[in-house]
Amino acid sequence: MKAKFLIPLVLFLLLVGFLAFGLKLNPREVPSPLIDKPAPAFSLPQLTDPQRKLALADMRGQVWLLNVWASWCVACRQEHPVLVALARQNLVPVVGLNYKEVRGDGAIDSRKLDASQELALALERARAWLGSHGDPYFTSVLDLDGRVGIDFGVYGVPETFLIDKKGVIRLKHIGPVTSEVLRDVILPKVAALQGEV
Amino acid sequence: MLKRSLLILCLGLAPLAQGGQASPAVADPALEARVLKLSEVLRCLVCQNQSIAESNAELAQDLRAQVREQLASGKSEGEVVDYMVARYGDFVLYQPPVKGITVLLWGGPAALLAAGLIGLGLRLRTRRRESAAALSLEEHARAQALLQGETPTALESEKHP
Repeated sequence: MKAKFLIPLVLFLLLVGFLAFGLKLNPREVPSPLIDKPAPAFSLPQLTDPQRKLALADMRGQVWLLNVWASWCVACRQEHPVLVALARQNLVPVVGLNYKEVRGDGAIDSRKLDASQELALALERARAWLGSHGDPYFTSVLDLDGRVGIDFGVYGVPETFLIDKKGVIRLKHIGPVTSEVLRDVILPKVAALQGEV
Repeated sequence: MLKRSLLILCLGLAPLAQGGQASPAVADPALEARVLKLSEVLRCLVCQNQSIAESNAELAQDLRAQVREQLASGKSEGEVVDYMVARYGDFVLYQPPVKGITVLLWGGPAALLAAGLIGLGLRLRTRRRESAAALSLEEHARAQALLQGETPTALESEKHP
């Protein structure tokens, strides 16, 4: 028992190890329980023509990305050029989920708007934003009240989901997609999933 | 006089200025109480140290609305909690459920307490054994002398040559 005096030191180092590990974790990134589960069904009006709807079933048979965005979302501007560059490569279709375009913007008192006014305003704002920043989306759908967002467990925009041919969510990225994340994480997974039958 | 009559007139008009009785802030206080109670155990994911009852973040408002809507439609508290957990994971619960991955979390304090008690018991047992050694005759005599107020004499064993 000569080394007894070392016990506190070892305990201390263990504690430091735990703390150092904890420091590297990002508490904002809450692991989604939806990974490897079927994506929640939705059917939402498209931005180009709100009369036409896009449903989850319409994307069956292909690997695709669902990118949650809004014109009021600052971090979306940061990731947008990455998505625009991705769209040019034609590797994977990206569907935009426009999340609470009007209600999410604190500057607008959406309670004063009725449903048709809200839709018109959302269309105008979202189209203008894509017009000035570029449109990387295969199509964008409007989630005016954020209900589909809740079904997908969205809690901070932007978020990106990778969905496989069977409609199962395989990956979720929280926060802006950077070119590194795209190259190192998302695209390799896309390639692997596209190889699946 | 004019002033006075004006004052009386104003006072007379004052009750008219008050509207009808204030309407209650919520339509169904019983439902609202349930919503509040449930909202207090659900974590807001945007401001993570607040429940969705406390937080005023957009998402917390939306989730409160969901809780209200679902309770109003006749769902039980458990069903609403399941709905939230299915979307946001166990993280949304302030009280984590007992399962494989949380065993250490729930059992850890009890295990530490048990380990402490066992350690203390062992230590006390060894100490009792250590102190149980009786005084030698010589020591006994010296203690006796001290108690009777005599000048202590050094023990044989403590004397230096």
